Amino acid sequence: MPKGYVAINVERCKGCGFCVEFCPTHVLAMSSAFNSKGYHPPHVVNPDKCTGCDLCGMYCPDFAIYGWKAPESKNGAKRDAAR
Amino acid sequence: MNGGVGDPAELGPRPEAEIPPEACECAPENPVEQFLRTDRMPHIWCPGCGIGTTVNSFARALLEAKVDLDRVAVVSGIGCTGRVAGYVRLDSFHTTHGRAIPFATGLKLANPNLLVVVYSGDGDLFAIGGNHIIHAARRNLDIKVICVNNFVYGMTGGQVAPTTPVGATTTTTPYGCFEPAFNLPALMDAAGAVYVARWTSYHVRQLTRAMVDIFRKKGFCFIEVITPCPTLYQRKNRMGEGLDAMKYYKEKSKVRHGAPTSEVALTLDGDIIVGKFVDRERPEYMELMRSQLAAQLGDRYVEVEHLVCS
Repeated sequence: MPKGYVAINVERCKGCGFCVEFCPTHVLAMSSAFNSKGYHPPHVVNPDKCTGCDLCGMYCPDFAIYGWKAPESKNGAKRDAAR
Repeated sequence: MNGGVGDPAELGPRPEAEIPPEACECAPENPVEQFLRTDRMPHIWCPGCGIGTTVNSFARALLEAKVDLDRVAVVSGIGCTGRVAGYVRLDSFHTTHGRAIPFATGLKLANPNLLVVVYSGDGDLFAIGGNHIIHAARRNLDIKVICVNNFVYGMTGGQVAPTTPVGATTTTTPYGCFEPAFNLPALMDAAGAVYVARWTSYHVRQLTRAMVDIFRKKGFCFIEVITPCPTLYQRKNRMGEGLDAMKYYKEKSKVRHGAPTSEVALTLDGDIIVGKFVDRERPEYMELMRSQLAAQLGDRYVEVEHLVCS
């Protein structure tokens, strides 16, 4: 279970690469695919490493990506109990 | 005024973000979405431009400071940064070139309850609007100025600006700029601003923190934000893409809080001194006006919240 998630709005992305460069846990990589404007949006390559710190969201000049922390649900409690 | 919070029905379809399927239950909306006129997205700023990042910090600072959004007015001038007024879903006004400060002055004096934020570029605020900003700082008018400095006139084609470092090539200085540049924090410090800071678009958390500080501080507050201009400034000077500029800021920025502003001038490829340089108290313009009138007029002067028409 990852500690956080990122959501990417690929159509808003202009492929500047800020999120890929500054993600502290290297969750993202530039994708080879194009969006409809011809830019390469980021792609989540290491989802398990995401901490949901939202630094990608703070850097994004196009408001196209954001992260959030996974809620501390009963699943989390179960996981801790299983350890 | 461009109007306040729009009717969501009029704003058109909203492009959806791709949410990982396993996270759908807990997925919140993008926290900055509520501050944007999403019908105007994607914005016109170039790939790698840092203005969007500063808007991101601005929106997060509004959230963090828990500002009443009905009380916020964003005023901007002309230029790339001037477009901010059209992209934020707040009361905003896009003024004529260089006249953001005079408009903001009138707005603040007419309605002192507003939090007036002037969001504009270096060319708009310090070239054509240079006269206005030094007098607003001298009066210590309670407005918050966020100056996005990308070293050139971006929107008009990359001409030399008062902030262009010596030696930089621009469209109007093909053999290199030879004019000494303004040191914006020193200028604002000398003119009397009560809060002067400089950050870059790399320092997103510090920038957000500084914006929260100025929303809470009374008086003329000034933040200079250094941002990349990949299309004009960096291309002409062979400095690479926006991301290369961000890496340069990361490498060359030195945080020196309280540094004397005379020592923080920028050069073409030298260190960038960032931090909070000035944080002091001075009587604010409206307070001075009221105390002067009260002293001179005595009981013939009265403070009222609203005018009552009988």
